[in-house]
Amino acid sequence: MSTTFWVIIAGAVLTYATRAGGHLVLSRFERIHPRVEAGLNAVPAAVLTTLVAPAAVNGGTPELVALAVGAAISLAGWGMLPMFMTAAAVLILLRHLLG
Amino acid sequence: MTADSYAAPRQRSDFLRGLLASPPVVVAAAPFGVLFGALAVENGFTTYEAILMSATIYAGASQMVGIDLFGTKVAPWLIVLSIFAVNFRHVLYSATIGRQLSGWTVFQRYFGFFFLVDPQFAEAEQRVEQGRGISFSWYMGMALPIYIFWVVNSWLGALFGSLIPDPHALGIDFLLPIYFLGLVMGFRKRPLWLPVVGLSAIVSIIAYRTVGSPWHVSIGALAGILVGALFPSPLPLQEDDE
Repeated sequence: MSTTFWVIIAGAVLTYATRAGGHLVLSRFERIHPRVEAGLNAVPAAVLTTLVAPAAVNGGTPELVALAVGAAISLAGWGMLPMFMTAAAVLILLRHLLG
Repeated sequence: MTADSYAAPRQRSDFLRGLLASPPVVVAAAPFGVLFGALAVENGFTTYEAILMSATIYAGASQMVGIDLFGTKVAPWLIVLSIFAVNFRHVLYSATIGRQLSGWTVFQRYFGFFFLVDPQFAEAEQRVEQGRGISFSWYMGMALPIYIFWVVNSWLGALFGSLIPDPHALGIDFLLPIYFLGLVMGFRKRPLWLPVVGLSAIVSIIAYRTVGSPWHVSIGALAGILVGALFPSPLPLQEDDE
């Protein structure tokens, strides 16, 4: 088997370890401290934000406008798919116009 | 028997509800699957290796980082370490969602964790927030289409990727941040949402500029989680006043 094959398998094993590991460790504890509980409740917003913020700062006008439009549509309560489609359309349009 | 005859239709409808939650993710992830397959072949992967990577690692960002490093001839263990570092955030997902899986068997849990990608986690947390709970049927109903399309799209990209005109003009490189923003906004009714998002954003940007990627994800996330853990929120899940 090639090096590539083994890199993929090792990457897959470690990736699975991250997906199972958090629960494996936490389930050892009988009780979860309320502060740990509160911290875990902040996980979705905290982690997902870090996947957006650096990309936003590195982006130019089309990227920032697309994100702003997306945020506004989310606040208006349109739901995920319309938000995603509109923001993507804004991005592509502005890249053509400005790029 | 009676328990079974009541349980079966509910399971089926839960599975269906899961299926219906998947299309936005399938659509948003499709360009990346294709792009991944195309870039993988461009970086010297065979079609089989590209498919194997999507089918076993099943984590888009880390797969992109992986094939990127293959092009640069760094040591194999460094590529593996980078994949691990990019995926480290899943530890938090697993710990968070694991609290809601008390009705699952051990096998269901450790089978389900394989499919715990970002949108799967976000959608599951949304369900918890709405008080509907996460059944195994719902979870797999959402997970299977996302997984199958991810693998098939990687395959298509590996076969026909050279036909993609210009990923930048099509906005493909920036679709994921848009999608993740939508997920972040979905949690805006949670206690301390704005301080959590604000601090995670600031710290991740600083870490991105100083420590570098992918550590900015774990560092920024930790800052936001500390806000959630350390500041009191006397009114959990209150309505916000937008």
